[in-house]
Amino acid sequence: MTTRQPAERWASWQALDSGRLLLLAAAGMLVVAGLAQTAAVKVQQPVTAVAFGCLIAFGELLRLSLPGNREAAPIATTGALAYALLLHVAKQDGNVPPHVPALQVIAVTAVGMTLGALPHIAAGRSAGLTGMASRLVAVGFVAFIFRPFATSEVLNAHRNWWIALSAMAVTAALGWLVEAVIGALIRADDLGARFSVALWDEMRVLLPLGAAVGASAVITVFAAEVMGLSELAVFIGPLLVTQVAFRRYAGIRATYLQTVRALARVTEVGGYVESGHSRRVSRLAVAVGQELGMPEHDLLDLEYAALMHDIGQLALPDPIPGGATVLVSAADQRRIAELGSDVIRQAGVLDKVAELVRCQNWPARGHDPEPPVGSRIIRAANAFDDLVGGSTDRDRSAAALERLRLDTAAEYDAGVVEALSEVAGRRLASRL
Amino acid sequence: MSSVSRAAWLYIAAVAVAVAAVVSPRLPGAMHAAMAGTAHPAPAISWWVTLGVLMALFLVCDSTPTQLGARQSAWSPSSSATLAAVVLLGPVGAAMVGAVSVLRPRRKLLLAERVFNGAMYALSGYLAGWAFVALHGAVGLPRIAEFPAILWPFTVAAVVHVLANQGLLWGMLQLIGGDGRPRRRIGLESSLPLLLVSDLGYAALGLVIAALWSLMGPSAAALVLVPLFVARWAMGQFAEQQRAYAATMAALCQAVETKDFYTRGHSDRVSRGSGMIARQIGMRADRAEAIRFAGMLHDVGKLGVPTKVLQKTGVLTEEEYAAIQLHPMRGLEIVREIGFLNEALTGIMHHHERIDGRGYPMGFAGDEIPEFARIIAVADAFDSMTSTRSYRQARRIDDAVDELRKGSGTQFDPALVDAFVAALRRDGWQLPVSPPEPLDREMVTAQDHDDPTAPLRVVETF
Repeated sequence: MTTRQPAERWASWQALDSGRLLLLAAAGMLVVAGLAQTAAVKVQQPVTAVAFGCLIAFGELLRLSLPGNREAAPIATTGALAYALLLHVAKQDGNVPPHVPALQVIAVTAVGMTLGALPHIAAGRSAGLTGMASRLVAVGFVAFIFRPFATSEVLNAHRNWWIALSAMAVTAALGWLVEAVIGALIRADDLGARFSVALWDEMRVLLPLGAAVGASAVITVFAAEVMGLSELAVFIGPLLVTQVAFRRYAGIRATYLQTVRALARVTEVGGYVESGHSRRVSRLAVAVGQELGMPEHDLLDLEYAALMHDIGQLALPDPIPGGATVLVSAADQRRIAELGSDVIRQAGVLDKVAELVRCQNWPARGHDPEPPVGSRIIRAANAFDDLVGGSTDRDRSAAALERLRLDTAAEYDAGVVEALSEVAGRRLASRL
Repeated sequence: MSSVSRAAWLYIAAVAVAVAAVVSPRLPGAMHAAMAGTAHPAPAISWWVTLGVLMALFLVCDSTPTQLGARQSAWSPSSSATLAAVVLLGPVGAAMVGAVSVLRPRRKLLLAERVFNGAMYALSGYLAGWAFVALHGAVGLPRIAEFPAILWPFTVAAVVHVLANQGLLWGMLQLIGGDGRPRRRIGLESSLPLLLVSDLGYAALGLVIAALWSLMGPSAAALVLVPLFVARWAMGQFAEQQRAYAATMAALCQAVETKDFYTRGHSDRVSRGSGMIARQIGMRADRAEAIRFAGMLHDVGKLGVPTKVLQKTGVLTEEEYAAIQLHPMRGLEIVREIGFLNEALTGIMHHHERIDGRGYPMGFAGDEIPEFARIIAVADAFDSMTSTRSYRQARRIDDAVDELRKGSGTQFDPALVDAFVAALRRDGWQLPVSPPEPLDREMVTAQDHDDPTAPLRVVETF
């Protein structure tokens, strides 16, 4: 979590596929239009613009990485959303309704985000262009919908605060949906997941934070009617606390995964399995799960189970030669799986994972009860890796797949093997 | 708080009496002002409605707070309700909102705890309100003209509230240990800064609630509940993940131990022993937590030592001894990628170094050996000696302490041996459940590399 591998950064830059390019182009056009218009027509309410710009920059500085390697900047989004939804800002000399056009909102957001991203770039972290672009497009969407009505009598009458509240809630929810759709499109493209599954995952992960951001933006708008711009200074306190809570949550999740990954290697260091086996099986299993449209929380269980699938071998007096579990008798395999499952079950919190490990070598057909999909995936991925190992040889991979296909009548799940061959084919292609 | 000592009861009574003494004389005045509508521009009835809604907000905020660490305080956003009461209702109202904590809807709360919580929140609420009024903060619905001048008295009130709250709680924790016995020292938990900051952050929300109140009335409380609940959800998830994490780590370490019949539970006990020493020498809480993980993981590298070497009864060849000496490095290799461990890694790598420089793998001496490693070394040897081995019965605790003292200054750091012995006197030691005879097929360590009284026998070559 602390240091990102250079290779990974390369990958994220190289992955400027068509979807990302389209998003960046759209955001870029918005920014150009916003800046041009704002420069041409003079900035409306410059003090307010600067205050919100600062809040956005500050929030962008405190980016947050959510489970599943998602990047968010909740405080920046709150600031930008509040600026897009702004009604009155209280002034000592009476209220002046702001005639802030949508394009100015976009310009201020873009400038704030860029300023906030500069320290990230200076510190050698990635600029996070994709995340910034999707947040900007979502904010722009909200601004284009809401700004035309922001000066209307209905929304600005104090007695009708609940009408304004409902309008803001609906608009903010739409903006949230836009961001989720963009995120899902990009993820579906990156990971080869299905769009519907990716969207569902995205909405599930972003819902709590989205609710907090939306409500905070609405609170900001209303409180600013009474408190003026000093509201931003006061409200930053609770926003920061919420952010800290999320950061700790995301941090421990990352540590957890890191620890399981590291400890799953005990079987490798002990010479029980070939070096890199657990990690290769888990990568392959997750890719296959994605191909089959498994949702994210199931994929996490699958990843843990695949990493720890050989942990039961620790109870063996001596390592199996070569570590290949496909080569030992079915009864022994089953015993190893049950021992491993017992170990994992002791943790008390990973019962689903333990179940996947327990059923990992049940035949796909003719077994009662049927093994869960995750177990079938691990079984196939494990067999594939035992046969192919770290090799990138095309013929070897094809031969292994052929062998698995021949066994689909009973041993392996035909759908899983097909998905596996898809994934393996894509990998070979990307290596060429 | 399983039992409440007399001193603690006296303390609780003192806080409660202090509240009664400052609040009750002013109660009629506040009531009168409320009735007359001077403290509040709206009709008198709204003073009571505001009070009721803020009390409800306080209870909702406080209903299921998230426990952080071992400290008996918990992360709760209720300070926002109290501070909103400071602005909207003044000192007496804030005290009344705080006092509602007596009704906190949680089971397993002792009467003493309830009374103390109510008195504590009431007193700190009153003090915050007093500070607000003393600095000319206007009580009532905030008006546009009052900003930004109101920020100064409000900030002071928020700080007073947080300090009074944590101060009173700290006093209570001095009197009551987790097990009912008085504690000599309570280290600052790593969660304390977070608690202070989050209390202050939520106190700031109080002013926002007050401002929203002048626009939308009591519905303001409902609007702020959304971000509050989300934050609490995230904090709850954090606590849950943390527990899951510790449990998973322990389970995986046990998996490593199943390889050897006699060493079961060893890593868990070394983890506890290292934690005892860390607490005794007053180590910072986050480091103390790290060393518990290090103790847990210290022998993970034994997996890399062939079983036949671990089980060998006779004299070890040089190669076999070298294989055993490699296990700290193997352990490091496994856990190196766990990012947060950092200092714990040094503990794992060097736990077989000796103060006189004759240990392995690096042959470090004295202060060259990282503190974590010196601590683990003591706990490790002690647990080995007090456990049964295939070649001997477990030693009694006193004998093991004598052995530690014998090795003090040559194998072990004398200061840490003293600390461990002191901690042992205070907390006691949970001996391993003496194992039944191992089954035939189970594996048995014939020589324990951790046992200082029976060093490994290695072929001497000249």
